[in-house]
Amino acid sequence: MSAEVHTSTVTRTVNPFWYTCRKNPLMLAGIVVLVIILLLSLFAPLISSYEPTKINIKDRFAPPSAEHWFGTDEVGRDIFTRILYGARLSLGVGVAVVLGAGLIGTVIGSISGYFGGRIDQIIMRLMDMILAFPSLVLAMAVAATLGPNLQNAMLAIAIIKIPVYVRLARAETLSLREKLYVKAAVTFGIKPWRIITRHIIPNAISPVIIQVTLDIGDAILLVATLGFLGLGAQPPTPEWGAMISVGWKHLLDYWWYPTFPGFALFLASCAFNLIGDGVRDILDPKANR
Amino acid sequence: MLLDIKELSVEFASMQGNVKALQNISFSIEKGEIVGIVGESGSGKSVTALTILGLLEKNASITSGSILYKGRDVLVMDKREQQALRGKEIGMVFQEPMTALHPTMKIGDQLAEVIKRHRKLPHKEAYQAGIKSLAEVHIHDPELVARKYPFELSGGMRQRVVIALAMAAPPDLLIADEPTTALDVTIQYEILKLMEELSANRGTSIMFITHDLGVVAQMCKRVIVMYAGEIVEQGETHQVLQHPVHPYTRALIGALPDLADPDEPLLAIPGESPDLRRRPAGCVFASRCAQALPLCQEERPGLEPVQQQNESHYAACWVR
Repeated sequence: MSAEVHTSTVTRTVNPFWYTCRKNPLMLAGIVVLVIILLLSLFAPLISSYEPTKINIKDRFAPPSAEHWFGTDEVGRDIFTRILYGARLSLGVGVAVVLGAGLIGTVIGSISGYFGGRIDQIIMRLMDMILAFPSLVLAMAVAATLGPNLQNAMLAIAIIKIPVYVRLARAETLSLREKLYVKAAVTFGIKPWRIITRHIIPNAISPVIIQVTLDIGDAILLVATLGFLGLGAQPPTPEWGAMISVGWKHLLDYWWYPTFPGFALFLASCAFNLIGDGVRDILDPKANR
Repeated sequence: MLLDIKELSVEFASMQGNVKALQNISFSIEKGEIVGIVGESGSGKSVTALTILGLLEKNASITSGSILYKGRDVLVMDKREQQALRGKEIGMVFQEPMTALHPTMKIGDQLAEVIKRHRKLPHKEAYQAGIKSLAEVHIHDPELVARKYPFELSGGMRQRVVIALAMAAPPDLLIADEPTTALDVTIQYEILKLMEELSANRGTSIMFITHDLGVVAQMCKRVIVMYAGEIVEQGETHQVLQHPVHPYTRALIGALPDLADPDEPLLAIPGESPDLRRRPAGCVFASRCAQALPLCQEERPGLEPVQQQNESHYAACWVR
């Protein structure tokens, strides 16, 4: 009996995903929450019979009930429905902005590190200029200058995120540039652009991936912040930050209005941060726990 | 004449003054010839190789001389022309096969990348050509090896892959910078045989950088002995090894361990290389030389034929 048990444990193949999750239950929690949010937002039309922007003055400020799970807002829109549709927006925008910033930043950073000299100086001083501002203030300035809408808010957040990736990729490139296989590739006659894209970036990517997963939560918060300040998505778009922005004025009378969008925001950014921490533990062998 | 280096001097800028890494180096390599360059660490062997490839660091400057490759001066070429030379005309093999390959790219893809670059083939054909080149460096089951990552291969296998990569174009000149130092002796022998064979079959010239006189004796028709950035002796391998003229060459040969007589003490060369920031006025080896004359401290000896009638063996020494 015991021998049987023994052999079964030896021959069982280890699924790397479950192995990682068992080592890091918080990451599993983050993944579960994220998957639930994703499914809810994807199947929002099936889950809720309401429309996110349909006004229904009769039902304004209805408290949470079987009909309106999270209550309704000042024009009678179902808050639960608006949160579900808002999830598409917040998650999509957060992921898109950070992926875009990560991609652009990595390319710029590896060019900067690989060529060095004057190009490097110019790029890095530009990045220092962006980093010199408090990130939210700069994002607000950019969004306000370009005009308050969602695209400009995304652009603003991408701009303040890019320098982080430039620095990461540049630092990796500086050490990779000295590796023999990169020097060997040069002697084999491979052109600089291919060396950067094929030899440098694939080997410099893991800190960038870590940063991307950690940044998505932050970007979601930033999108909501700009929305809250009126510089992001405009009404009647169901955006969490904008919902909170209107709702907080009604907090004392209709507590559900700002509370549920705020809670959704908290859950989403928390989930991404937990996943980000987990990814860092997997990809960064130096950060031992 | 494939490669003709004349009066080449290279300096590196440093905080404590300029390091004169190469001082008036002149030598040439004929088509199909294997030439050995020997000397201790810091004698300028690798700097010579990097200068030919146009890959010196930014703090280096070429203060004099010319490097004629097929009659064209490499040093006056623009970056694009130098780039076109690398890999296509001049290949290089490195000392460390363990780190000279891209760690996250499969062998076949690495070969295909270099072949695509030089032979302008579509990917599939380049990949097939890569498999063929693996077979040419005597890798058994090249299809299987092409699907592997570098970490799955042994040191000897990797060095074969590096040679296949360096020979992919194929180039007319191969610079081998201590290609067998990191390998054990049996593998070393196979790699040397392989390089000899490739050279003979394709007429590739090899500039063979090493500090192993045994390898030189086995591989090279001619040998150049470098010390502190200068050529101190050059000639046919058998002449130089059997009748060395320069005291440094003699000391190098004397420092070889004699396997037949294990009790014999190893002869080391006393002292150390001169500071290349402040070159002595006389012979660079004078401070370590047992036979040094007063003249050696004062005036630099030129590289002169050893015998009047023999125009192939040169040495730079006042003591004859």
